[in-house]
Amino acid sequence: MSNPQTFQIQEISAHPGPVPGAGTQRAEEVCKYIDVTTCIGCKACEVACVEWNDHPFRETTFDDTYQTMPSTEWNYWNLIKFAEDARDGNLMWLMRKDQCMHCEDPGCLRACPADGAIIKYENGIVDFQQDNCIGCGYCISGCPFDIPKFNEKTKKVYKCTLCSDRVGQGLEPACIKACPTGCLHFGTKSDMVQIAGLRAKQLREVSGFADAGVYDPPSIKGTHVIYTLHDINHPERYGLPKNPVIPASYTYWKWTAKPIGLLMAGLGLLAVFFHRVSVGPKLPQPEEPPLVSEHADPVEAKRKELP
Amino acid sequence: MSTSVERFDERARLRAERVGRDVVHRGELLRHPVYTRVLHWLVAIAFVLALLSGFAIYSPWLFHWLTPLFGGGPRTRLLHPWFGLVFDVAFVFQFLNWLVPMAWTGADTRWLKRIRRYTTNEDKIEPAEVGFFNGGQKVYFWAIVLSGVLFLLTGLLMWFDHVVPAWIVAVSYVVHDLAALLMLAGFIIHIYEGTAAMPGTFRAMTDGTVTEKWAWTHHPAWFRAVTGRDARAAYEREQRRQAERARTVEAWEREQDAHENTADERVP
Repeated sequence: MSNPQTFQIQEISAHPGPVPGAGTQRAEEVCKYIDVTTCIGCKACEVACVEWNDHPFRETTFDDTYQTMPSTEWNYWNLIKFAEDARDGNLMWLMRKDQCMHCEDPGCLRACPADGAIIKYENGIVDFQQDNCIGCGYCISGCPFDIPKFNEKTKKVYKCTLCSDRVGQGLEPACIKACPTGCLHFGTKSDMVQIAGLRAKQLREVSGFADAGVYDPPSIKGTHVIYTLHDINHPERYGLPKNPVIPASYTYWKWTAKPIGLLMAGLGLLAVFFHRVSVGPKLPQPEEPPLVSEHADPVEAKRKELP
Repeated sequence: MSTSVERFDERARLRAERVGRDVVHRGELLRHPVYTRVLHWLVAIAFVLALLSGFAIYSPWLFHWLTPLFGGGPRTRLLHPWFGLVFDVAFVFQFLNWLVPMAWTGADTRWLKRIRRYTTNEDKIEPAEVGFFNGGQKVYFWAIVLSGVLFLLTGLLMWFDHVVPAWIVAVSYVVHDLAALLMLAGFIIHIYEGTAAMPGTFRAMTDGTVTEKWAWTHHPAWFRAVTGRDARAAYEREQRRQAERARTVEAWEREQDAHENTADERVP
């Protein structure tokens, strides 16, 4: 959780009306760049994350891999995922640092029903504000990367903040600072895209990885954590979705169909009100007091005159 | 199965009768016994609470209006599933209670076909075949059954959303909303019909009784079943009596006027 006064806010979850001050100032977009080809799986970033965020070390599940635990947890935001991948009859050991991708179009923020529980800053950081979180868990199902995690005790959802508290003070995120091989980089989005591109080119031309490329999925307008992968055509080998998308429930349904439903409900209320005013009630018959004349009902007469 | 349900209901109704009371005055008919009324209001209260807390989460434009009613966003989210559960459990009893009278018949299909005439008040009294519940009420009942099942199913999935796959929650979210919108549409019509649209109806769910006049106007077949009299004949008889009463009153008033006029002439 960050102090929203540190950065310029760009988007607020479930916020009716405009975002105060949005666009008044242009902030550089920040980006974390992860070169999976030089990661050695030392987990220094995991430890740095736990330390900086003051998380107690949690129990883990051993599942016959080098991975610390099966997935990120509410108090374990940074996890190196180990995958054993068969390629050309050989084994390739893929290590990828998994954490929040800080999407340009964040599914968690689209899905969130609580005003101000998720904030996206102009610099691209997507941060949860637990004070406003109602614990419904919609963000979990809105995320294409399975990142937000629920805490049973506090009934709130947590995830990587991209160390917004450090970045706000001009420091790099804790994981970046801890990396011993330099496979983690931090800077502006444009710089990181350029460095990642150069590295991918080098992998293709010098190291013999013809399919090397940069993972910055356009289906969610890019992310503020990007990777260079040995094989950009098969990101699922690293546990990354090839084409991450936000479920239609949180895009078309929530922002198009739902307001229409609400409008229909409002119109329904108006309809019954004006039905009462115009058509009138169904009274037990015969009415008391009786009509002026049963056979010379002026309304009835007029109705019969109509074609 | 239906006989065991009927036996169960009969026992429940008798037990409710021992605590509560159905008072029927002259010219009235008992429509809903204590047991039905208590169930109805349990379902209604739980439904309204679930509706308000649900709509707080439904739309960002309602969030700030409705969450304060329940003590803020987190508590609204915490309470909503419980309101829903009470609604569903209470409705199961009402479902068993009304299973028999809510059975669909050809009369209900014909009722739906003349729904335009119904909404524009074309007919003074309903056709003779309209029974205890009309087609519209039965549609609403079965819509609640359908929504209740959908609510429970998708609601449980979203309640325990951290143990089910994300896509299931995303689908449940839409289904839950659709069920809610269906229910809201029915709810608006239900309240309108039960109050402003049909005077004399609301008391059926508070005191449990309606007037005979109300019964032959809106549910002729039911009127016939409980009184043994034909609804249209009863209506026409009342019409004649009303005309007779009006004539009597008019004659009396004319007489009074004449009396007062002669009195006025004597004053000066």
